[in-house]
This record gives sequence, C-alpha cells and structure tokens, in this order.
Amino acid sequence: MLPIQTVEIQNRIDSLKDQDLYIHLELTTGAYAAHNDSTKHPAANFITNALIRYGLGSISGNGPYRVGLKMDKGWIYAEGLTHYDETDAERLIMAGHDSSGKLVVALQLSREPF
Amino acid sequence: MEQRILVVLPHPDDECFGISGTLAKHIAAGAQVTYACLTLGERARNMGNPPFANRITLPQIRKGELEQSCRAIGIQDLRLLGFHDKTLEFEDQDLLDLKIGELLAELDPTLVITFFPGFAVHPDHDATGAAVVRTIGKLPPSARPTVHCLAFSHNHRESIGDPDVYVDVSDFLKQKIASILSHRSQFYVPQLFEKNPHKNREVQERFGTERFWTYKFA
Repeated sequence: MLPIQTVEIQNRIDSLKDQDLYIHLELTTGAYAAHNDSTKHPAANFITNALIRYGLGSISGNGPYRVGLKMDKGWIYAEGLTHYDETDAERLIMAGHDSSGKLVVALQLSREPF
Repeated sequence: MEQRILVVLPHPDDECFGISGTLAKHIAAGAQVTYACLTLGERARNMGNPPFANRITLPQIRKGELEQSCRAIGIQDLRLLGFHDKTLEFEDQDLLDLKIGELLAELDPTLVITFFPGFAVHPDHDATGAAVVRTIGKLPPSARPTVHCLAFSHNHRESIGDPDVYVDVSDFLKQKIASILSHRSQFYVPQLFEKNPHKNREVQERFGTERFWTYKFA
C-alpha cells in the first residue's frame, strides 16, 4: 500500500465508471474501542460484493481523502482514506489507516467478486 | 438598504447562528429574502437527545425545522434544491452552477450570502460557496451582486483577514433565538431555554453581532 496519489486514484475512478462493479465498503472503530477508552462507542459495518454502478465519481480533500460516487439512485461515500494498493491494476483498493497503522475505513471496487 | 437578498447554504440550520439576525434586520427594513437550501442535512449525526429521529425520518423532520426557522426570521421564500448532504463536492459542477444561475436570473438579488469557499470547514460549505462565486464570477462585473461570506476555519484570518461587515443584531435576538430553537434535532443551547433569553447579557454578547467578508472577485 502507498499513500494515496489523487491523480492516480481519479484516473482509476474514471476508468471504472458506467459498469457493474462489486464493492467492499467498511468502517470500523475496532472491537476494543470502548475497552481502551470508555468514552468511545464501538461501531463497525461492512458490505461485501454488493453490485453497484456509478456515472460520476471523484476524490477530494488534502488527506485523509474523501471519495464520492454518484449512482443513478443514490451515493457511495467514504471519508478518511489514506492508502491504495498500487500493485493491483484491475481493482481499486483503498483504505484509511490511523496514526498507529490500524485500518479505520476501506473502499474497494472490482469487476470481479472479492 | 438591500432590496432582494439570496441566501445559498447547504444545510438546514446553517442560517441560524451566523445570519438569522442579519436577515431579520433586513426584512424589517423591507427586504425580500429567498433562501436556497441545497440539501436537507439528511446525513447529520444529531438526532435529538434522547434521539427522536432516525435515518428515515430525519429529512422530513429537518425540513419542518427549517420551515419553522424561516417563519421565525420572516423569510418569505424558501427553496429546497434537493441535493444530498455530504455530496456537494462530488456533484456535477455544471448542475450546481446551473441551479444557482437560474436563481440569480430569476431573482436579480442585490446581495447574496453564502460560505467563503475554502474557509468554511465542512466540505459542503466550501463546495456551496465555490459554486456561488464561480457562477457569479461568470457574470460581467457590472451585473454581479454584492457577495457576503461566512468564514470560521482555524486558518481564515491569516488568509482573508478580519471581516469587513459587522451587523449589530441585538434588536433581533428574539428572531435569532427562535431560529436556533427551531432546529431542535440539532442543537441544545441551555441558556436559550431560560426566561427572556434575549435579555441575558451572555446571550447578547455571544449572539448580538454577525460578521461577514465581502467576496472580492479577481
């Protein structure tokens, strides 16, 4: 994983638009959030291999980054993204890691199921 | 005196703390105000405390709160533009500019109030302000209305200096407080629930002046 380069990500977002894609979208505070700090509320969710299609998408911000994808009847949104997998040419694999390296958020798009 | 004012903000409640007193003051002097609210703030995290709204009911609840706030201020014309909360920076810019351009052409405002792009913290605020100044910037200089902006990011004074417009709204605190209280799913300001809050000295000092930066087109 490399720190996000917005031009590279924007090119990949553009190359994946207007086609059926499988998405993995995830957000997590970690299972130990409340154990480590009782003021924190632990929460997490993910959805894997839902089929989506968007016609407009972009990356925004100065890092951590936000991505918004406009679908025919709704939106996909992720905030807090920091890294992407530069070795995966077919799929767009992005994640946001906190200062200790832990994953907080993930947004992945692929033409084939994960 | 301003005759026709167009307010362009992204969320219900963006009007209440920063500009509701100014609008009430202009309206008392005879101004006609249109408030174009771009979204219904449907991705807000505040749901009342204890929570009385959920992700399904929040848009309608916030719409009702916004209408109540507009009545409190005296705003004559509320337009809901139907964009989605948190998405404005990703929206089709031509579509945003088209909607704002249509309002400018229809209303021919003498004053436009929006957020200062780049200095308004929330991405929707910055995207709204950017769309407004982009659209007005395309007009010939002689056709451009005055644009007053709200700014509150940590870095704003270094870049844009102090506000150049100060509005004393101390005579319009009743309307301003009623505007804030309208948004009951979003805010709880204990002082405002005391008796005659507009006479409370602390409230007067905190809410009695509104500040704007006049946007300077390049």
